[in-house]
Amino acid sequence: MKKTVNQKAWFLVLPVLLLVGFSAVIPLMTVVNYSVQDTFGNNQFFAVGLEWFEEILHSERIHDALGRQVLFTSIILLIEIPLGIFIALHMPKKGFWASACLILVALPLLVPWNVVGTIWQIFGRTDIGLLGHTLASFGIDYNYTQNVLDAWITIIIMDVWHWTSLVVLLCYAGLQSIPSAYYQAAKIDQASNWNVFRYIQLPKMMGVLLIATLLRFMDSFMIYTEPMVVTGGGPGNATTFLSIDLVKMAIGQFDLGPAAAFSLIYFLVILLVSWAFFTIMTNIDKEEK
Amino acid sequence: MAKITLSNLAHSYIENPKAKEDYVLKPLNHEWDDGAAYALLGPSGCGKSTLLNIISGILTPSQGSILFNDVDVTFADTTNRNIAQVFQFPVVYDTMTVRQNLAFPLKNRGAKEEYIKQRVGSIARAIQVEDILDKKASGLTADAKQKISLGRGMVREDVNAILFDEPLTVIDPHMKWELRTQLKALHKELKHTMIFVTHDQTEALTFADKVVVMNQGHVLQIGTPEELFSKPAHTFVGYFIGSPGMNVFESKVNGNIADLQGTEIKLNKTYKTLNGKVELGIRPEFIELCEEGEGINVEIMRVEDVAHHKIVRAKYNNKKINIIVPEDIKITPSMNSIKLKPEGINVYVDDWLVQGELL
Repeated sequence: MKKTVNQKAWFLVLPVLLLVGFSAVIPLMTVVNYSVQDTFGNNQFFAVGLEWFEEILHSERIHDALGRQVLFTSIILLIEIPLGIFIALHMPKKGFWASACLILVALPLLVPWNVVGTIWQIFGRTDIGLLGHTLASFGIDYNYTQNVLDAWITIIIMDVWHWTSLVVLLCYAGLQSIPSAYYQAAKIDQASNWNVFRYIQLPKMMGVLLIATLLRFMDSFMIYTEPMVVTGGGPGNATTFLSIDLVKMAIGQFDLGPAAAFSLIYFLVILLVSWAFFTIMTNIDKEEK
Repeated sequence: MAKITLSNLAHSYIENPKAKEDYVLKPLNHEWDDGAAYALLGPSGCGKSTLLNIISGILTPSQGSILFNDVDVTFADTTNRNIAQVFQFPVVYDTMTVRQNLAFPLKNRGAKEEYIKQRVGSIARAIQVEDILDKKASGLTADAKQKISLGRGMVREDVNAILFDEPLTVIDPHMKWELRTQLKALHKELKHTMIFVTHDQTEALTFADKVVVMNQGHVLQIGTPEELFSKPAHTFVGYFIGSPGMNVFESKVNGNIADLQGTEIKLNKTYKTLNGKVELGIRPEFIELCEEGEGINVEIMRVEDVAHHKIVRAKYNNKKINIIVPEDIKITPSMNSIKLKPEGINVYVDDWLVQGELL
C-alpha cells in the first residue's frame, strides 16, 4: 500500500498531547519549578539552582527514611514472594475448592488501603483489639505505639496479609498454564517433587514472578496510607518511610523547595531500580535462550 | 523391553458404568509383542488415547488388567512402570541444556556419572542432536524438542515400551517425514516396543509393523498395513483406510453370485447362506472404468487428477462410488461403465467381514 505524506496529520495527536500535558507533564513541571526555587513568602520566588537537591542528598533525615524504606521493602519481598509461590503451589487446581480458595485469597486485595490500616490499627490495640488483647492476656508485652519492633512486625504482617494475595494469584495463573503433559513426563522421568518445582514450575512461573516482584517493589516502596493510619510513622520516626516523610515535609512543614527536590529524587530512584530490575530479569531470560 | 498383555480391559469415565455406551473403551484382550512397532489408528474420540493412558499408568482401567512381561501393573503408577512417553506437544526442561535433558531420567534413578555419559552420547548420536548438546533446550525448534523428549525416553536401556501420543502434530510437514523415517530406523536398531497413537493413516501405515484400528471404543482390526488394505475386517476399516476409502454397497449374496441391486456379479468365492445386513466392499483400486455397455453402467459425476492417478467420482443407483484410474489411461466421455475385479470384492454381514470358500 502506498502511504501519502501529510504533515497535517500531526494535528490529530494534538488532543492527546494536550491531555497528557495537563494530566502529567505540567504538574510534574510545577514540581521541577519548585525544586529550583525558594521563597520568603508573599508568593515571591527566587532561583536557588540545585541547592535543594544537594541538601536532600546530604540530609541524614532522608538517608534514614531511605534506609527504613529499603529494609521494609526487602523484608516484605522476601516474605511475600516465597509465601505467594508456596500458597499457589498448594491451592486446589480445579473444582469447587479452587474457586472458593481463589475468592478467599482475593478478598484482601479488595479492601481499600485506608480500611486495611484501620482494621489493623484496631486489631492490634491492647484494650479493644482482638490481637493486642489476646497477646496481652498471654502476658506478652505487645504495643505497637511504643515499641519499635512491635510496630515493624505489625506493619509487615499487615502488608503480607494485604498483598501476598497478589503474588498468589499471579503465580496460580502461571501454574495453571502448565500443560499436564509436563507433570506426566516428570513422573516418567522419576523427577522428585523438588525437581518438578525447580525445572518445570519455577521456569514456567518466571514471567509472572517478574511482574509480581516489580509490582510489589514499586507499591511497597511508595507505601503511605497503611503505616500512616496504624502508626503515623512512629514510634518516634521508626516507621517513617519515604512517602510519609515527604508528606510531612511538603504539607506539615510546607517546605516546598526541598519537598519538590525530594519528590524528584524519589521518583528517579523508583524509576532507576525498576528499570535495572527489569533489565536484569529479562536478560537472564534471554541468556537461557 | 517387554511384552504387554491386556486382559479383559475396559474403561469408562463414569463411576458405575452399566450400559455398553458408558464405556469409552469396550472390553478387549490383546497381547503386544515384545519389540514390535504398533500404531493405534482411529478418528478423534475413538478411545485410542484412553488406551494409551491406561498403558502408561495415567489412568486406571475400570475393569480388567494390564501385564508387563506377565507382571500385573494395573495399579502401578506411571513412575514405577518404566515406560517412556512422547506427548503431542514437546516436553523439554527449558532451563536445562539438551545434554542435561537427556541425562535427567538416569540422574533421577541414581545412575553412575560414567554410565550416564556413555548413554547420553549414544542416544545423542541415534537421534542426531550431537551438535546441539550444550544448547539450552528452550530455544530449539519443535521437531528438535520432540526428538529430545523421545531421547529422554530411550536413554534408559531397560525401558518397557515407548508410547507416542500423536507426536507429529506440531511438526512441519517436511520434518514429519524425516522424523518418521528416523523413528522407524531407531526402532529397527534398538528394538523397543513402540506404540504410536495417531489419526493419520499415512503415519500409521508407514511407521508400524501392525496397525490397530479403533472406532467408538472397539478394536476393529489388528493387522499389517497390507491386511488392512486387502482384507478390512470391518466396513469402517475399509472406509477409514485408503484414499478414497472402500466402496460399500448393499447387496444379496447367493453362493458365488452377488445381486448388486439388479446386476449380477460373479465372485471368486462361494458363501453359505448369509443372514443380516449383507454388503459388498470393494476398494476403488479394484474397479475398472470401461466403455459403455461393457460393464455396469454408472453416472460419472467428476474426475479428479491427483498426479499419480485419477479419482473418478460416480453414482450407481444414486449411491456414490469412487474409482481409481491409472494415470496412463485416457478417460473419454463414452467411458461410463465399470467392472468389479472379483479378487477385490469382500463380503460383509452386519459390518463384519465374512470368509468365503475359494472356488
